[in-house]
Amino acid sequence: MANLKEVRLRIASVNSTQQITKAMKMVSAAKLKRATDAITQMRPYANKLKEILANLSASLEGSASVFATEREVKNVLVVVVTSNRGLAGAFNANAIKTANLLIQNKYAAHRNNGTLHILAIGKKAQDFYTKNRMNVIGNHNELFNGLNFETSTRIADVIMKGFEEGQWDRVEVIYNQFKNAAVQILTTEQLLPLAKTESAAASKQNTDYILEPSQAEIVEELIPKSIKIQLYKALLDSYASEHGARMTSMDKATDNAGELLKSLRLSYNQARQAAITNEILEIVSGANALSAQ
Amino acid sequence: MQLDILTPDKKIFSGEVTSVQVPGTKGSFEVLNDHAPIISTLEKGNVKVKSKDGVEIFTISSGVIEVLKNKVTVLAESLIQE
Repeated sequence: MANLKEVRLRIASVNSTQQITKAMKMVSAAKLKRATDAITQMRPYANKLKEILANLSASLEGSASVFATEREVKNVLVVVVTSNRGLAGAFNANAIKTANLLIQNKYAAHRNNGTLHILAIGKKAQDFYTKNRMNVIGNHNELFNGLNFETSTRIADVIMKGFEEGQWDRVEVIYNQFKNAAVQILTTEQLLPLAKTESAAASKQNTDYILEPSQAEIVEELIPKSIKIQLYKALLDSYASEHGARMTSMDKATDNAGELLKSLRLSYNQARQAAITNEILEIVSGANALSAQ
Repeated sequence: MQLDILTPDKKIFSGEVTSVQVPGTKGSFEVLNDHAPIISTLEKGNVKVKSKDGVEIFTISSGVIEVLKNKVTVLAESLIQE
């Protein structure tokens, strides 16, 4: 039978753990709300931008923008979006696993040549890739303390500048897309060069716009914007996913702690009862021994 | 006409207006009711919104404007606070 004091200590520690997981769940729920709000705020802008761009590039096939030009893939940049903090279930592990799979399948040769670059967003990815001695070109851990378009733009600028200067010929982003609080979809997206998929779908809408200054110049101006938005969307999605994942895993942890407490209380009561029974037995047999004399 | 001013972070303005003046790349211009469809890029500058309730001014960094059938959408990269 378990020691009474030991069980009592366990109960106290499980209890305080449960309080922590419960608090973390609540914090994540609040942050999740804010993150999903940010996504909804961003969506009208993103949709409109996409619409305008699609309208314009429908008739503009051979766009001269650097960002839309395919080049021979000599250098690759993989952007891995994770979180700064753990305790979010398999959230970070999944993102890193997917990134590794991508690298193994598509860019194994680049990795061996040292032409594979990693941009780690979030401490978890940074820790992993620096430990594995990969070519980490930067980290942006501070990003998630107050994620907004401006901070995300700074990273997008670095990525686009590097692409323009030929530091890398292809940029892929790996992140957890937010579906709902319990479900994250791991997504791999090609950020650069810009994939041309929208043009076909939008060509049906044909309004004669006055274009100022000119179609090519507007497209030139809009493409970087849409890249920035794409990255921002990935970051927001990942942020929302992180808190969704943490919320569900902390909810489970709280439940588990509850179960554990239940069984601990049972064995505590059993031990207590056994001790009482023992004591009574001792007293009774002691009294019996006395009266028998 | 209906005007929406959007940034990626939030919707800055949405409502019925009589005119809006924007800092186009090729010079500032004003959009009135029944303006022809136009798409233009915008520079850093002031967006002057006139409505029944008075005049409001927003300072934006670069952006783009689309006018279509009395629906004006200004996509601003960010809003500059004074």
